[in-house]
Amino acid sequence: MNLPEDLKYSREHEWVKSDGKTATIGITDYAQERLGEIVFVELPNDGEEFEKDETFGVVESVKSVNDIYAPVSGRVIESNDPVVETPEILNEDPYAEGWLIKVELTDPRELKDLMSAKEYEAFLKEEGE
Amino acid sequence: MTDLSCLRTPLYDAHIKAGARMVPFAGWEMPVQYKAGLVTEHQTVRQKAGLFDVSHMGEIDVTGPGALALVQQVTCNDASKLQPGRGQYSALLTPEGGVIDDLIVYRRADNHFFLCVNASNATRDFEWIRSHRTGDVEVINRSDDYALLALQGPMALTILERVLGAAAIPAKRFWLTAIASEFGALLVARTGYTGEDGVEIFCEPGQAPALWARLLEVGGENILPCGLGARDTLRLEAALCLHGHEISESINPLEAGLGWIVKLDKGDFIGAEALRRIKGNETRRLVGLELTERGVAREHYRLFSGEREIGEVTSGTQTPTLGKAIAMGYVPIEFAADGTTLQVDIRGKKYGAIVVPTPFYKKT
Repeated sequence: MNLPEDLKYSREHEWVKSDGKTATIGITDYAQERLGEIVFVELPNDGEEFEKDETFGVVESVKSVNDIYAPVSGRVIESNDPVVETPEILNEDPYAEGWLIKVELTDPRELKDLMSAKEYEAFLKEEGE
Repeated sequence: MTDLSCLRTPLYDAHIKAGARMVPFAGWEMPVQYKAGLVTEHQTVRQKAGLFDVSHMGEIDVTGPGALALVQQVTCNDASKLQPGRGQYSALLTPEGGVIDDLIVYRRADNHFFLCVNASNATRDFEWIRSHRTGDVEVINRSDDYALLALQGPMALTILERVLGAAAIPAKRFWLTAIASEFGALLVARTGYTGEDGVEIFCEPGQAPALWARLLEVGGENILPCGLGARDTLRLEAALCLHGHEISESINPLEAGLGWIVKLDKGDFIGAEALRRIKGNETRRLVGLELTERGVAREHYRLFSGEREIGEVTSGTQTPTLGKAIAMGYVPIEFAADGTTLQVDIRGKKYGAIVVPTPFYKKT
């Protein structure tokens, strides 16, 4: 399981990379593997705002439809259009080419609630994975 | 993800060992996919061969001098046409013509029919058939006595022959061969649920792990164990009905496009009177749909023609073989013609779809 040290992780299996003002959000290697082959991705438009734990997008595998929850509150400044065009990028490269959205953080303090790579690894173990 | 309330097939340990992800299905803990993943499993069945554990399916024996009369009464196809060693696709209907279950009726001997039914309906089917007994006939639920392996794909018969010999291969589709083998007594049916050639092998539960292992070993790189996920996408590409989706007690076989298994001229049977009234007066029809925009239509998504809501999707997926989103669903007759454009409501947004001929996939 690939868990880059420089990312923060959520219990809903998203990753966050932040400079304290903006953040890039994606799904973890664990999430993409769990979902299987991803065939459809729906992302928000630029300017859309959402609160932490709100649904901001949808990722579908052949078998299932999965909501993606915001790990932090923010306003969308960019969506990754190539992922919408070619959803399998999410399976191949979830941490780089497969990022989903970039947001301007509305409450940077929320970053503290996210897990480190070590904590997320322990969380996955606890969940019995 | 262990569900203690679920039953396990004799192949449970083999699935775990092969890295299967297990899910509850119809009261059973079944593999939804293995390590290779759904899409690879699906494509391997289309190109080479796949092996499925479908031991959750139910089996029912109907025996005795009154066996044919009972089978004729409770099923809509004409079982009197079956010679021993042959089978047919059929259905159990309510008096109103709704589909209690679809099944395969095999005739093993003049007075012995063998029925293969869906797991989720097995107990209900058994009780239903038994409750219509008249005369000298026995109905026995044999579901615990058989494991069932489905070997499917263009290389299925080659692999089968190498494991069980040429005598194990039934000559034609829906024929059934009974053989004695090193894996005990087997019933081999030339049937399947994938749109490919292949067989389904009924065996004693205790023999299933050895037979499963041997088929995979002999198949080598030309075979993969496949889960329910691939089974569903394969049957959907072949536009085969799944009970609880395309057919149910509130859907009759005529609107489901299964008129070919309804033999209204064979004499009386349960549901015949209702279907004679319905025939020619159907109001809706099962159609194949292809999305014309990027998106995936799923079960229960609503179908529209402009502002008018006209029906519902019964099954849908992104197809691994064809690389597009396909679905089946019910629409009023006037919207059922090939080429009709419709919309599917996906999370509140309408996506274009077009009625297309089925099956979506046909083996070459």
